[in-house]
Amino acid sequence: MTMEENIDERDDMQIDAHSLGNQQLNQFSFDYLKVYYGKLFPYADIFRWMSYGNEGKHPACDESFFSRREFSFTLENDVYLRFQSFKGATDLENSIKEKCPHKIDIGPVYNVDPSRRHAYAQGGNNVFMPVERELIFDIDITEYDDVRYCCSGSDICLDCWPLMAVAIKVMDTVLRDDFGFNHILWVYSGRRGVHCWVCDGRARRLSNEQRSSIADYFHVYKGGENSLKKASLTGPVLHPVLGRAYKDVLIEYFEKKLMQKQRLFSFEERYQKILDIIPDKSVASEIHEKWQARRSSTSEEGRWDQLKSILQSGKHKALRRCVEEIVFTYTYPRLDMEVSKHMNHLLKAPFCVHPKTGRVCVPIDPNQCEDFDPTSVPTLSMLIEELNAGGLQMDTKNGELERTSLAQPIRFFRSSFLQPLMKSCKEEMESAYNAKIQQSGKSSFNW
Amino acid sequence: MEIIRSQKKTSDDEAASNLSLYRRAPDLEVRLDDFELYAIDRLRGFYAVLRGISDGLSRGKRPDEMEKLVNELWKTSMRHPDATQLINKDLISHFVLRLVYCRTEELRKWFLSMETTLFRYRFRLENPESQRMLMTEFQLPYKALSNAEYESVKDKLVQVSRSIGQSSNCVINVCVGIYWRILVSAMLSTLNSRVVDPDAIVDAVVDTIFFKVPFEEVPELVANRRVFLLKGNAYVAMNQVASIVVSHFRSNLSKALVLTNRKWTSTIKEQEKDRLTPIVEALGSSYLGPDYSQPTEFTNISLKDIDQLANSSFPLCMRHLFNKLRDDHHLKHGGRMQLGLFLKGVGLKLEDALAFWRAEFSQKIGSERFDKEYAYAVRHNYGKEGKRTDYTPYSCQKIISVNPSVGDHHGCPYRHFSEENLRAALAKMGVAGHAMDDVMDKVKNRHYQVACTMTFEAVHAASCDAGINHPNQYFAQSRKLLESKVVISESRSKARPDLMFFNPHPASPNMKPNVSNLPCYTNLI
Ligand code: SF4
Ligand SMILES: [Zn+2]
Repeated sequence: MTMEENIDERDDMQIDAHSLGNQQLNQFSFDYLKVYYGKLFPYADIFRWMSYGNEGKHPACDESFFSRREFSFTLENDVYLRFQSFKGATDLENSIKEKCPHKIDIGPVYNVDPSRRHAYAQGGNNVFMPVERELIFDIDITEYDDVRYCCSGSDICLDCWPLMAVAIKVMDTVLRDDFGFNHILWVYSGRRGVHCWVCDGRARRLSNEQRSSIADYFHVYKGGENSLKKASLTGPVLHPVLGRAYKDVLIEYFEKKLMQKQRLFSFEERYQKILDIIPDKSVASEIHEKWQARRSSTSEEGRWDQLKSILQSGKHKALRRCVEEIVFTYTYPRLDMEVSKHMNHLLKAPFCVHPKTGRVCVPIDPNQCEDFDPTSVPTLSMLIEELNAGGLQMDTKNGELERTSLAQPIRFFRSSFLQPLMKSCKEEMESAYNAKIQQSGKSSFNW
Repeated sequence: MEIIRSQKKTSDDEAASNLSLYRRAPDLEVRLDDFELYAIDRLRGFYAVLRGISDGLSRGKRPDEMEKLVNELWKTSMRHPDATQLINKDLISHFVLRLVYCRTEELRKWFLSMETTLFRYRFRLENPESQRMLMTEFQLPYKALSNAEYESVKDKLVQVSRSIGQSSNCVINVCVGIYWRILVSAMLSTLNSRVVDPDAIVDAVVDTIFFKVPFEEVPELVANRRVFLLKGNAYVAMNQVASIVVSHFRSNLSKALVLTNRKWTSTIKEQEKDRLTPIVEALGSSYLGPDYSQPTEFTNISLKDIDQLANSSFPLCMRHLFNKLRDDHHLKHGGRMQLGLFLKGVGLKLEDALAFWRAEFSQKIGSERFDKEYAYAVRHNYGKEGKRTDYTPYSCQKIISVNPSVGDHHGCPYRHFSEENLRAALAKMGVAGHAMDDVMDKVKNRHYQVACTMTFEAVHAASCDAGINHPNQYFAQSRKLLESKVVISESRSKARPDLMFFNPHPASPNMKPNVSNLPCYTNLI
């Protein structure tokens, strides 16, 4: 696609955007998407990220690395193309521009180029298989439908966003402090949740069993799809990882944010669900009666304090964990475990545009995640308008980007994720190479 | 001999371990005799280790019972008059059995499971110092936490152990504790220190031994939140270490077995076809449960009872052979082997066996021809002639898998009879009605041993939970049931003294122990 064509298209766009005005329809359209892929999508950054230092000139670089990565495209009309692979940044860019996928997913790095998988598997005992993959997490707000009352299904608002913020805070801390990972990218999924990419070399090389163990390390819920999701905490004290989450994040978010935003104690139907968590039914109904009485405190805080003091009073020794269980049930991260357990699970690429909402999958700063506003994430139409506002002047690509509200997220992506990652990839490569040199030096000496 | 680290040190280092990781085959000259005998001791002699473990596991023994069992089995079976040879015996027997058990997936699985269990309990019995040495040898260079480091995370470690409850670790703690107790007391006495309660020190010491391990290596402990994690390291308590080491042992052995198999089929089998191959194949042909090569309490029969016993306690396969022999005064080779070894297993002594076979065969061919052509084979089955091979009674699995041809009567009737013949045979045993239908139903679904088990239950009006796996087991269980019900002839109702197991044929002048200095081996032959 040439530059001229691009400009022509943008002219068309300009007219379209004006004629369609602010209709919901224009949040996402094929033509807008073309412009987005033509001018804004950060191919070079994605390429550098997915190359993990192998794009350089270092003798230890693995040239085939990027081309063994699986991408998959969802085209218009739900045509799904799996096992796409690309030689380099240009190849990737050309293909995306040409196919204009509604959604781009990123899969694992395989032992051979995925496009050659059939030929490879035909050769004797060869098995086409994944060899490396980021450790990924997918947290979906729909999983929390039993503990939020502001919206349901795929919608998300500022009243339920704190649930996502809790998940990010808790998990980010565990991934860094417990597992020692450093290169963690949080991304808004464009609609109803967040994705997490852990990109340390050590994380990428985990086996499925090790991935499962990490997912399980996070897991506290009991009960399957059709039963009450309830955090089950066993043992006389909490494991440090849970104790820290409770003390540093959960209790605060529960008492300071979610309790009020979701008005958890104001309606019988809502507080009944909380009382259901109490295993001692007589205690539960005692509290229930109290709250039914006219003179009882009706504020969220008042009722919660009352509940706490009854459960934590020496009288009911067996119920002391109950306060924690309630807080965990209403706040603790709910992971889609399957996504994290297998190397070959696909996950939507950052900076895609969500086809339903038109919102771009932008990175989230875990340190500011409580201030992240999913409702003000840049949309496709917003970005096109911002581009159009610059008029017809011939801009550098970067200049155009700078004009849009995508500039900040991309800057954040580069400075807080990509650059540190590239630095440590280089260091890792260097030290692995040196070790190898030394090794071979040694053996030749022995010889 | 580098692999045997402990050998180099045993003399002056009491803490050194005899537990080998079997990373390389010993570079030793092995006498062919030892090659076989050691393997049998490990595998399936009367007190053999692997067989005992298999038995213990299938009985669902608890870890503490298993620990005791393994310890006893090891001491009894793997002993050697020359103490310096103990380690070699361990190594040789292990590597011989690798050859034997590398050859099919099923064999590998069994061997892997038994050797891993053996290793697990032997490892637990080691003292902490040699446990640590073994870890180093496994290239698990975990460092125990220094005091300062321990102090810095102590609260968290305590929190973890409280969060998982401590009861489950008692067993191992105790045995580690015992060693520490000994060490600590020794320390105290040499230091001539003030009177301190060694137990108090022990508890403190045991609880503070932690290792820093990359979390990737202990996925199970991570998944269950049984360890403290900090910056990618799991803090693994001494009592959790065994599981790491054992899983390394298992995966190493598993890989090694596959490699051995490749080597065996590509080179060794052919190169050794005159020496090792026959031994390895003989060792591998037996089934994996108890081998019933020795009579037990309820199986010791004399010639005069044999007809009655055949009627009441022989499984159908043996009844059929027995009746055929009585009718035809002859059995072909397969039948002679199947019935002959069975009878040996139920305790028919050699001279009785000779008399039994002679009585029948001579009616057809004369006793002179019998003595010339067949007596040899009977003695051979009892290990008295020819090359010393361990002839053990056939298991169901083996009997069911044979392909009898015309004129043969061996095999398993449930598999090899026509429906009509089987019905008739079962009716003769007294199976009828529903029971008959159930048995035939199992046969149609090719569950022959289940059919046999149901027959057993119908005939004895008692349940047989273990299922029938071996004709000699059928017999033993039948005798157990019948003898507890009726008081039969005085001589057999008395339990035999334990000593009999060591030397089952005290009265037989023919039975000389053939390896004089290894008394416990004689009953194998
Ligand atoms: S199942 Fe076993 S014991 Fe029963 S008849 Fe068949 S081979 Fe004999
Ligand atoms: Zn909401």
